[in-house]
Amino acid sequence: MNEIPTPASIGLSREDLPNSYIGRSVPRPNVPKLVQGRATYTDDVVLPRMLHAAFLRSPYAHARIVSVDASAAMQVPGVIRVFTGADIAKVCDPWVAVLAHLKGMKSAPQHPLPLDRATWQGEPVVAVVADSRAAAEDGVASLRVDWDPLPVQVEMETALAPGAVVIHPELGDNLVFTRTAAQGDVDAAFAAAHKVVEATFVTGRHTGVTLEPRSIIADYNRADGTLTVHHSTQAPHMMQTVFAKHLRMEEGDVRVICKDVGGSFGIKVHVYPDEVAVAAMSRILGRPVKFVADRFESFSSDIHARDHRIKGRIAVDAQGKILGFDIDDLTGIGPYSVYPRTSAIEGNQVVNLCGGPYDFANYRCTTTVVLQNKAPTCQYRAVGHPIATAVTEGLVDLAARAIGMDPIEMRRRNLLRDDAYPFTSPAGMRFEGLSHHASLDKLLEMVPVERIRADQAEQRKKGVYRGLGIAAFIELTNPSPFMYGIGGARISAQDGATVRMDPDGSVVVASGVTEQGQGTEAILAQIVAHGVGVPVGRVKVITGDTQNTPYGGGTWACRGAGIGGEAALQSAVALKQQILVVAGAMLQAAPETLDIVLGQVVDKATGAERISLAEIGRIVYFRGDTLPKDLPREFVQTRHFITKEYPFAFTNGIQACWVEVDTATGMVKLLEHWCVEDCGRVINPLLVDEQVRGGIVQGLGGALYEHCVYDAEGNLLTTTMADYLVPMSAEMPEIHVGHVETPTKESLLGAKGAGEAGTAGAPGALMNAINDALAPLGAVVTEQPFTPARILRALGTI
Amino acid sequence: MKWPAIGYLRAGSLEDVWRARAEHGAAAQILAGGQTLLATLAFRLSEPKILIDITRIPALRGIAVQAGVLRIGALTRHAELARDPLVARHAPLLAEAAPLIAHPAIRNRGTIGGSLAYADPAAELPACVVALGATIVAASPAGERRIAAAAFFTGLLSTALRDDEVIAAVEVPVATPATRSAIVEVARRSGDYAMAGLAACLEMDGPRIATARLVFLGVGAVPALAAGAGAALAGRALDGAAIAAAQAALDADLDPPADLHGPPEMKRHLARVLLGRALGRFLPEAEKAA
Repeated sequence: MNEIPTPASIGLSREDLPNSYIGRSVPRPNVPKLVQGRATYTDDVVLPRMLHAAFLRSPYAHARIVSVDASAAMQVPGVIRVFTGADIAKVCDPWVAVLAHLKGMKSAPQHPLPLDRATWQGEPVVAVVADSRAAAEDGVASLRVDWDPLPVQVEMETALAPGAVVIHPELGDNLVFTRTAAQGDVDAAFAAAHKVVEATFVTGRHTGVTLEPRSIIADYNRADGTLTVHHSTQAPHMMQTVFAKHLRMEEGDVRVICKDVGGSFGIKVHVYPDEVAVAAMSRILGRPVKFVADRFESFSSDIHARDHRIKGRIAVDAQGKILGFDIDDLTGIGPYSVYPRTSAIEGNQVVNLCGGPYDFANYRCTTTVVLQNKAPTCQYRAVGHPIATAVTEGLVDLAARAIGMDPIEMRRRNLLRDDAYPFTSPAGMRFEGLSHHASLDKLLEMVPVERIRADQAEQRKKGVYRGLGIAAFIELTNPSPFMYGIGGARISAQDGATVRMDPDGSVVVASGVTEQGQGTEAILAQIVAHGVGVPVGRVKVITGDTQNTPYGGGTWACRGAGIGGEAALQSAVALKQQILVVAGAMLQAAPETLDIVLGQVVDKATGAERISLAEIGRIVYFRGDTLPKDLPREFVQTRHFITKEYPFAFTNGIQACWVEVDTATGMVKLLEHWCVEDCGRVINPLLVDEQVRGGIVQGLGGALYEHCVYDAEGNLLTTTMADYLVPMSAEMPEIHVGHVETPTKESLLGAKGAGEAGTAGAPGALMNAINDALAPLGAVVTEQPFTPARILRALGTI
Repeated sequence: MKWPAIGYLRAGSLEDVWRARAEHGAAAQILAGGQTLLATLAFRLSEPKILIDITRIPALRGIAVQAGVLRIGALTRHAELARDPLVARHAPLLAEAAPLIAHPAIRNRGTIGGSLAYADPAAELPACVVALGATIVAASPAGERRIAAAAFFTGLLSTALRDDEVIAAVEVPVATPATRSAIVEVARRSGDYAMAGLAACLEMDGPRIATARLVFLGVGAVPALAAGAGAALAGRALDGAAIAAAQAALDADLDPPADLHGPPEMKRHLARVLLGRALGRFLPEAEKAA
């Protein structure tokens, strides 16, 4: 499988194989640009005749919009126009975010600006367009809106109860979606079990705080009827479709350009009403309109995630063998399912992923997805994984404790065997090849468990409580059309790459996947340099332009490397073959006797240099008359890639967390953290390690600090960086990353996703570590974030 | 969010300030380090018509010792407090507090005068000046007025400062060999406002505590001087029993509100823990080991 030569596969050092970039920590070519402030974020784009939008957002969680008086706002210097929901609706159709394969799912039509009712605090209601953002904000401050506050449904626990406020009466109730997966005989297994342990877990509603906030410039050109959108997004082609469909245009008349993006984490793969409103306003005005969310707006209008309450039970036999999981998940998603991916996917993922690393026979998991008057939730980094992992691993640890078994031994006995594949999980997920035991072994090489246990015992004598927690996980990557396409969403699971050689022997790759700061362009350059045979510095990368890249899905759900990377590799290999055919004709040699090394065509057997790519380029492009008439000479090759055998390429990994809990204050100190993950082929070890570290930090953030807190009236209380606590470097532990490589056989490259592994496992590992520390005191915490107040409460101190 | 349009005036002297205030009245707002004001402007929580920048006024600068008092100019930045040798020697509590204030960028700009005038009950410096028994020197066209720190903070974000005054300096009685001071706090992340904190200042009389000024931050509308706990310590030898007595007295001293971090009982609990930790530092070595 995966017969691409890498230094390891042919027994050479990296230095011996200068062309070999796959598997090397190549510095990212775009880093100087980013650190020197020469990147082009959407806000850096300034267009002639450009206007700026600001939004009046609902101060109420639920209120009828009685009237909007814009007369004073229109008198503010610089204000051009004020738009209400009715104004926008004249050119823009509403959307309903459901997917056909999520059976029974329902949601209400959503307009860019609501017509008569606001349903969450922070919902954009009225837009003011002016010649500067400051003037637009002055205009917003001068708007007079008459509100009629309505009863609110904030709590998800009561959303389906009699007397609940039905947020969209036409839907009948607040139920968006429910699904149960069942396998085996859960009731019998639990009835006969040696031990049954149960717990209720809560994952805190939080959000992905991107350094660059959501940003958009829409530029409708009346002269040619085209809409050009500069957009900070993960999925330019998806947004092209959305803008065209809802603004009643042809897809071909909409172009989405996405240059540098300052972080996404899933936040920027959704359709936001204020952004569609900006496009609609440009459509009406015939002028470019810019909107950049400020931090205050981001907290109340970026998607939130992970607002779940999960009741879980686990059954084990006397030997610690897991007999079954029985899980009931409830999640509140705000007043609308988010378009077009829907807000039912996170709960659905919980159903798909609970128990995922383990070999067991009986499974029942239900998710119930309900509406509420809070900001909409949708897919955020590691969608559902941190929830499923925390629940699964929390239950496994509680079961181990109940039967007096070491948690590592418990996992050793129950993790899916490394030779068990292909395997279909009780939740119905198909695994091509995972490495749970190899990963556990590798983790135990890295984590000094004996020393840690000795230190733990020693410290306890002094009243210092330290704990070690472990969490194994699976991660869904490289999604096929089974994720969204079969549900009717025009979200491409296929991606393409075009690789071309120019006359100077340099190479350009245009790819449908996108860069958000994580290094997509770096790995594309590496893969193409490797595939063609040129120095990596000779490869330029084009992403983020629907008019100049092959059609594709963009970067989300861990698909950039696995899907986009494979398309780039196949295109590069095809270009190389084409170059060698031309070189063979020039050199009177059989193409198969030639190779390309660092931009030189060489004799494969001796390594002797024969001709440079620049010379080939000169001859082909400027003296094509000297070549045989029938010689094919297309130095442009395009390939597309889509996974075909498996709906998803699952990866796996395991994390360990070592903490100290100050039992007097409830503060948790992160001492050290380890992660072993298996993303298949590692293309750039440095990038993968940093992705994993970043993911872990984001996971620890959600488990320890980050929380979107609402009061009983649906007012968001955490609206600044002083109230919404993101993880900061001072509190982060040393993070060690190790790898096991099980390449997917679906592609030549063999790469699976790596971007979410850290986030998937960190909260569960941390929770287990805290509970290990508190074990001698009889305290257990299962409600995230693990704040001092919750820990002190668990200890009975307050 | 963008600021509303605002006028700006750089004052070169206090006379410039008085003139600008006379002209603009309540529409004028003093700008020092700007670490709170600029954020409130961006949020449009305050909309002054003109900012009077006082950072170039020499009379508000400088740190000096005179007549048993350390005078700290109102424009002294938090970062300067952290590194100034006179502060370290004569008011070590302030030197210890400075690194706990927010982050380096904020410490490089924020001023002691600004922090005291803003009077955030969760901030470190208001609690410290009360613990130190400092005096706030207020300047106005009529001259200087001295206000005891304990009387300066009158309510949430409000002070005894009159509309025509600015803080010129803080005067701190210099520490003696009998002075023991400490600041401790519990913050979610380094640099965050503390869930609760304690600035403690003891005057010893041999092994006994003569006076104890225990001032809690983040537990009420103003820096909270725990008079009962202080009284419980006065005249006693500093030992575990004295600390326990002070902790027991705290409940009557404090009436903390709930906040995002937790309920009042958590704040009361943290206050007791902090009291134990702050005073524990001054226990004789033998007792610490026990």
